[in-house]
Amino acid sequence: MSNSNSTEIIRAGLKKRYAREKRFRLFGIASLMISFAFLLVLLFTIVSKGWPAFQQTYVKLDIELDESVLKVNSNSDEDALYSANYQKVVRASLNKMFPGVSGRKKKRDLRNIVSNSAAYTIRDDVLAEPKLLGTKQTYWFLAKDDIDVFMKGKIDRNLPEDERRLKDYQFEWIDKLIEEDRLEKRFNTVLFSNGDSREPEQAGMKGAIMGSLFTMLVTLMLSFPIAVAAAAYLEEFAPQNNKWVDIIEININNLAAVPSIVFGLLGLAVYINYFGVPRSTPLIGGLVLTLMTLPTIIIASRAAIKSVPPSIKEAAIGLGASRVQTLFQHTLPLAMPGILTGTIIGMAQALGETAPLLMIGMIAFVAEVPTGVLDPSTVMPVQIYLWSDSPERAFTERTSAAIMVLLGFLVAMNLIAIMLRKKFERRW
Amino acid sequence: MTDVINTMPGMPRAAPLESETPKPAVDAITGEKHRSEFDVEINGTVGKPLVDNAKMSSRNCDVFYGDKQAIFGVDLDIGNNEIIAMIGPSGCGKSTFLRVLNRMNDTISICRVTGEHTLDGEDIYGKKTDPVLLRARVGMVFQKPNPFPKSIYDNVAYGARLHGLASNRSELDDLVEASLIKAGLFKEVKDDLQKPGTGLSGGQQQRLCIARAIAVDPEVILMDEPTSALDPIATATIEELMDELKSNYTIAIVTHSMQQAARVSQRTAYFHMGKLVEVNDTDKVFTNPEHQLTENYITGRFG
Repeated sequence: MSNSNSTEIIRAGLKKRYAREKRFRLFGIASLMISFAFLLVLLFTIVSKGWPAFQQTYVKLDIELDESVLKVNSNSDEDALYSANYQKVVRASLNKMFPGVSGRKKKRDLRNIVSNSAAYTIRDDVLAEPKLLGTKQTYWFLAKDDIDVFMKGKIDRNLPEDERRLKDYQFEWIDKLIEEDRLEKRFNTVLFSNGDSREPEQAGMKGAIMGSLFTMLVTLMLSFPIAVAAAAYLEEFAPQNNKWVDIIEININNLAAVPSIVFGLLGLAVYINYFGVPRSTPLIGGLVLTLMTLPTIIIASRAAIKSVPPSIKEAAIGLGASRVQTLFQHTLPLAMPGILTGTIIGMAQALGETAPLLMIGMIAFVAEVPTGVLDPSTVMPVQIYLWSDSPERAFTERTSAAIMVLLGFLVAMNLIAIMLRKKFERRW
Repeated sequence: MTDVINTMPGMPRAAPLESETPKPAVDAITGEKHRSEFDVEINGTVGKPLVDNAKMSSRNCDVFYGDKQAIFGVDLDIGNNEIIAMIGPSGCGKSTFLRVLNRMNDTISICRVTGEHTLDGEDIYGKKTDPVLLRARVGMVFQKPNPFPKSIYDNVAYGARLHGLASNRSELDDLVEASLIKAGLFKEVKDDLQKPGTGLSGGQQQRLCIARAIAVDPEVILMDEPTSALDPIATATIEELMDELKSNYTIAIVTHSMQQAARVSQRTAYFHMGKLVEVNDTDKVFTNPEHQLTENYITGRFG
């Protein structure tokens, strides 16, 4: 075969090769664009829906802390102050502003301009400073969810009266309140300072955030050391070509593919029913999520440890370092970026996990903010699920807002991962 | 491999030795059967593998990787303060033998070493011998420069810190400086001791690795093709360095470069297919080899 002949053959094929390359590049760009578009749509939907939830409507009321109505005075003991009926003074204030309301339903609607948390706000103030009794105070109370929804423009006035949540007489009250500058939208601190509640305007996700935090803490504390130790042993110490080691390896790989709800059942059967770990707590949640996270971290850690150049290990061993010293002084530090990436992926997965937690009672309605790993609590994804299931209109926005907070946490975790990787990354 | 060379046009075909008949042999490493005129029966080692003032010695050394035998009954002494070169074609077992001497093969779980191996008369595979202590006494420099991803200072100080050789910071400083001076690197890096060792050039990295090895104050230094990744200038620097080191250390070097073996070593050992074929004074090996296989190798007929 002469040289010029092969050149001809190569040249004839060149065009096809370049076309193929170009086509492949186009496919790549197209798939990137599609996923980017989906991401944009997703973010836009969530943000546009959830945005209003970061604002909350407040109502200004003048409250007369009348000692005769409350049946207490500044000398009463704490129990009496605590159990006094503060709802009455709120109602009196509303009645004074809108006189002549009659009928049970209308009276209830009038009461429902402000959230029933108004009474607790007053109670807390009076408990802190009993001298307030007998004076007249101006308060900004949370507005009831229907008022809030209307203020955010989600109730159409022009619909026929029987098709909307607010009736004509309620609009009259609202108009009057607006006229007197008694309605105001403010940043929604309740969302971050309250636990869950049946009343949308009082529902916050602090309980879920703290629950998630404690659960993640338990998961991290258990899964990171166990997984890294397991990976290090399997890579550096376990006998090669050993049947038992092979079986363990296969099982770890299979565990990574087990549906997460199965881990929930396992946790229910073993941890709760056998060991008696209290249900609905971050402790049991963390234990179950550890089971789920372990294979992910082990597989990533093994890959990271395997990718450490053997020349570095040989150098250390050649200088007289023991195998454990080599592992801790060289192999693990060099593998740390990969191990951390795996850990963060595992933790992010665990943070967004709902299914296994349903099995161990973390779906319960918990209004209290947990203060430790043994307090009943729920977690963010479960909170999202609970809110999305609630009938009140105001929960729709809160659901989206909660998703935004969850996504914020995920982004923060990824940022930490990148920072840690930068910190530990070394060239060799 | 020998088949390929034999059938290549233009290569002189070596005549079969009179006493040996060609017969199939099994390659020690690959297990392939091959037939050629070079499958000379190797019956023991010719030359003088044993010396009087042996620093390290091996008797009946067999090494197995799983079922495959890589080294067959090697007897070899390494004399005090000498440089011994180990040469031979790829896969002949010279690196494997080198790694027997500081038990680096321990890290390979399927590797099994038999025979008697001593350092100053002490059994290095004995129950009482600690591999950590052994490797502190028998240092190693590898084929590819492998500095730790740490500063130059920390690289050299690593072994000393590991074994607690320096009791305070100034002692450690002195030790690092002395080691870098011995390795001929100090002048080039004295202002950059805190810079990463991986940022040096290839030749400097290898000298850093030598400095790191001698900082532990070993008695024997094993070098596994220390210059195969370096250019001729860096190679020359390291060869000069070896010449200087020989007065204080015993050095065993594995090399693919026969010129290097000829330049730096006093004795040369030729390995072939896991067997030690010939050990003699370097001059003799390269001018008047005793064994046909050695002659074939050094004249470039295969390898």
